[in-house]
Amino acid sequence: MAHNHNAEPVGAACKPPVTPHTPASTAITSLTALQLAAKLQARELTVAQALDAYYAVIEELEPKYNCYIHLCREHAYARAADIQPRIDAGEIRSALAGVPIAVKDLICTKGIPTTCASRMLADFIPPYDATVIEKINAADMIVLGKTNMDEFAMGSTTETSYFGPTRNPRDPAHVPGGSSGGSAAALAAMEAPIALGTDTGGSIRQPSAYCGVTGLKPTYGAVSRYGAVAYASSLDQIGPMGRDAADCAALFEIIAGQDPRDSTSMAPPAAFDADAALAKGVKGLRIGLPEAYFGEGLQPEAARAVLAAREVFVSLGAEAESFALPMTEYAVPTYYIIACAEACSNLSRYDGIKYGHSAEAANTLRETYILSRGEGFGMEVKRRIMLGNFVLSSGYFDAYYKKALQAKRMIQQAFAGAFEKYDLILGPVTPACAPKAGESLADPLKMYLSDIYTVMVNLAGLPAISLPCGTNARGLPIGLQLIGRPFEEGTLFAAARAYQTGAFA
Amino acid sequence: MTIDRDLVLYLESLGRIRLTEEERAACETDLRSIIGYFDQLGALDTEGVEPLSHAFPVTNVMREDVILRSMDPGDILANAPREKDGYFMVHRVME
Repeated sequence: MAHNHNAEPVGAACKPPVTPHTPASTAITSLTALQLAAKLQARELTVAQALDAYYAVIEELEPKYNCYIHLCREHAYARAADIQPRIDAGEIRSALAGVPIAVKDLICTKGIPTTCASRMLADFIPPYDATVIEKINAADMIVLGKTNMDEFAMGSTTETSYFGPTRNPRDPAHVPGGSSGGSAAALAAMEAPIALGTDTGGSIRQPSAYCGVTGLKPTYGAVSRYGAVAYASSLDQIGPMGRDAADCAALFEIIAGQDPRDSTSMAPPAAFDADAALAKGVKGLRIGLPEAYFGEGLQPEAARAVLAAREVFVSLGAEAESFALPMTEYAVPTYYIIACAEACSNLSRYDGIKYGHSAEAANTLRETYILSRGEGFGMEVKRRIMLGNFVLSSGYFDAYYKKALQAKRMIQQAFAGAFEKYDLILGPVTPACAPKAGESLADPLKMYLSDIYTVMVNLAGLPAISLPCGTNARGLPIGLQLIGRPFEEGTLFAAARAYQTGAFA
Repeated sequence: MTIDRDLVLYLESLGRIRLTEEERAACETDLRSIIGYFDQLGALDTEGVEPLSHAFPVTNVMREDVILRSMDPGDILANAPREKDGYFMVHRVME
């Protein structure tokens, strides 16, 4: 087959992670989540054996990659004991029943620490489960542990974590991306079969691209954010990350849906059906490539890989052409103004009183606030709080914040115009492959600029999927981004699946 | 607009946050470059464009007025840095 190199599982073309663990563990951990679920249902494996395999790999590789902040073995084995009899009795509650999952450490898990990778929440143990955790529990999935991230999801490298940086399993000299870097790295290192991340400006898609895995940022409102620690509420979304599109679709089916506890969540026009979506293929789909996404700044290797993917879609029966997408040059300032404004408001809840870090040296209420926050937050979080207060402050509000909200509408309109003509928009996820560790923190503006292709999607509330489409000369993964109409995640999964299997020609 | 140490101190005060002297200096430099970059947005003509907050036309979402059980106060207070007799403890507010 002409595009046979795409028929391998995700990341197959990338450098494999260093995995010297036992063959028995590897046989289990190299399965996709759906393959593992099938083996559990066929009773070729027990849920506890799956956990044994994952914890063995985790124990061996964590000193190298640091994907997790917290493991919850006791919880996981107790859940396995609860779930196994149901599987034995043929009571299968979901397509991923019995499958372990890694959860980004900003999603609240009852009785299991949830730190947001911050000193501020280092000792926080949520008294409740996020809606997505209730849903994965009801689906008989099992939380393996909580994954590392940029502090409060603010960053693009997973280097701002209070618990130390995560390394990219494809090459540990490089960052895994961020902010959901721990989840992406855990998938690439075979330390988890599937994961949850969150995406405010690319935090699922960019680390997926850097680590050679697949990740979906759902439509704004498609997944409940109840129990997800807020960063920028008008942009945040929880989404699935996995080794391929089929796994992500199965997890999305479990977590999607309106929730009365999140009034920004919405009912989709039709309930999402993973199997139906994956079977659709791409024949006849009209795909648009924004010219501005392929201009100056995009690494030639990335451009070549993404344009090669375009040819794969054409060979599968899609139509593809370039078009002018307005507003791209305004995406990054618009995003950072809005995100910082919302962050400074959302993070005002950390007062050193109700929960979180509280400064010992404080002698007055005001000192409790300023010292606890000064000590509890890292520099990137402080910087965004300062920027947010600036754009919201009297005298600057209209010129920055209000202007950004107007630009947000214009960005949404630009996409709406494009989707009159195209079913999907195709482009790169990032201008370049994963940077070396330590290169990004010195220049925050440079780091912000690398979000150019991902932030527009959040501003417009659209769904988008990131999947691997090759590697650079050093063997680092390159990501492909597909953007869809609101609530048309099914089209994204169909196209991603068709690309990954080379089928449905 | 001048981005200087006074602006940094003002923003610290608005955000109820205290930076170290080192962080303050770094922040001044970063604010200058990042806000300078934000200024590009000034070139965009937004005359007559209505600001957009929620990405979709969702407003005034109501739920049924049903009685639900709240979380147990003891569970909530378990995360409090200081508590006394079932209350959060704070420093004296009035002299």
